[in-house]
Amino acid sequence: MNARLADKIATLTFWVGALIVILILGSMIAYLLYHGGKYISWDFLTKPAQAIRAGGGIGPQIFNSFYLLFLSMLITVPIGVLGGIYLAEYAGNNKLTEAIRLCIETLNSLPSIVVGLFGLLVFVNMTGWGYSLISGALALTVINLPLMVRFTEEAIRGVPASLREASLNLGANHWQTILRVVLPSAFPGLVSGAIITSGRVFGEAAALLFTAGMSSPALDFSQWNIFHPASPLNPFRPAETLAVHIWKVNTEGLIPDLRRVADGSAAVLILVVLGFNMAARWLGSKIHRRMTGT
Amino acid sequence: MKNSFVYKYLSLRNSESLGRFLTTMAALIAIVSTITIVVFISLKGLSTFTTNGVSLKEFLFSTNWLPDRPLAEGGPQVGVLAFIIGSLVVSMLAVLVSAPLSIACAVFIVEIAPYWGQRFLQPAIELLAGIPSVVYGYIGLSVLVPFIRDNIGGLGFSVLAGFLVLSVMILPTIVSMLIDSLKSLPRDYKEASLALGSTRWQAIRLVLIPAARSGLVTGIVLGLARAFGEALAVQMVIGNTRVMPTSILDPVITLTSAITMDMGNTPMGSLWNNALWSMGLLLLIMSFIFILIVRYGVRRGGISR
Repeated sequence: MNARLADKIATLTFWVGALIVILILGSMIAYLLYHGGKYISWDFLTKPAQAIRAGGGIGPQIFNSFYLLFLSMLITVPIGVLGGIYLAEYAGNNKLTEAIRLCIETLNSLPSIVVGLFGLLVFVNMTGWGYSLISGALALTVINLPLMVRFTEEAIRGVPASLREASLNLGANHWQTILRVVLPSAFPGLVSGAIITSGRVFGEAAALLFTAGMSSPALDFSQWNIFHPASPLNPFRPAETLAVHIWKVNTEGLIPDLRRVADGSAAVLILVVLGFNMAARWLGSKIHRRMTGT
Repeated sequence: MKNSFVYKYLSLRNSESLGRFLTTMAALIAIVSTITIVVFISLKGLSTFTTNGVSLKEFLFSTNWLPDRPLAEGGPQVGVLAFIIGSLVVSMLAVLVSAPLSIACAVFIVEIAPYWGQRFLQPAIELLAGIPSVVYGYIGLSVLVPFIRDNIGGLGFSVLAGFLVLSVMILPTIVSMLIDSLKSLPRDYKEASLALGSTRWQAIRLVLIPAARSGLVTGIVLGLARAFGEALAVQMVIGNTRVMPTSILDPVITLTSAITMDMGNTPMGSLWNNALWSMGLLLLIMSFIFILIVRYGVRRGGISR
């Protein structure tokens, strides 16, 4: 075959391949937003779910998702940032560094159901906490730590060497340089890393089935004693998140308006996750612009 | 006392060692948690063989999944071959579908339409990589399963539905990894090839794809690993019958979906439950194999950055 013709055919094939991918993904999002979007209302977003009757909402599930996100980020961000600093600033070229990198890579590619099993064994059974928010938050930390470490390391490596040298020249020690000079200039990267990680927490379900549990107690939003079992803020209560709710409604649901709840929940979930990712991009570049004055 | 302690560690001279200490501890947490996960899952997963005395051969190579058969009828038996085959078939078919599409899409974005490809398509694909897997499962359940049932035949819950859902799920992940590896190639490669008179297709086929080979394979292996370890999206659409599938329209079960379905309903310490933990261990071992392939099998060859 003539090379020019082959080139034309190949170009066409690449166009078709790319179009197929974009069509599949695009129509999926459109389908979800179209079908679920019409069910999203203030009532749906705030009312508690129903077990057997129609008309339930997803209020507690949304709250649980955000609260779990908050708890797990509270643990993930400090450890992840410190770990990233170690890899970018202190790690030598030795066996220890290689072991740390191998472990991070391993953690990153563990199936989330395996992390869920580990959580069930250690955070749920051994600690005696049972299905609880805190167990779920710890399991999510295991999943997200590698990502946070990697984002931090990348952000820190992007800081120009001249800034660091200037600080060291003025007499600051290494740690002061990191705290006062390197971290502030890596801040946009850290923020977008943390937000992207949050998006993953929000969508995770397999690791939460056996750690945070598949049910929520009746929540009393006027109960502010965080150790009261009905308090929404009690970290030792079981909590069903939005992603788990979608799975559970579809596999075990008994409610008559199953499609409405599932469509609506999926649309909300997707909107939040896409929102997180877009916010990460937008905020990252905005902070970058403000801090560099460009 | 407390003040002097704080003063000592936050003073100029000692803050350096404090910083080094804190960051080293944080990095060590990665090692500690990996080791803990391996140890705990292994201990629990091996109890099928140590406590219940099931032979490894029977566990891996038998298709008899009868964990609650009474003693009078021959006693319980836990052979998970059907689960392993289910996992392998579904995830490999998924990769077979999505690898060519991903390569086409990534090449398109990097080489064919670089301007709007990288300005609009790449961010869009990266955004889509964040979509939760339950959402893919839900779409599969509400669109794909009824479609297969009405137009192709069978129950709809099938191998076909399972691998199609997975292939769409891993598409954005593979595409964005392939884009990165194609982008990391030096510009000169393409320019040299074009200057020698090759067409764009010849440059892509003979220079760019071979040069990016290791990155391409890494992306695809990681996609396979993700498909193999996915639990909920698969569980929702494959029907979960514990027998060997004979056709692509048959329902099937995977390791992950068996764990998802039965872990909560079986008493801790029973044979059934222990067998589920052994399946978890099997998943862990598989993910190690994938990591080793990526780390030591693939990174040789290709160009080094």
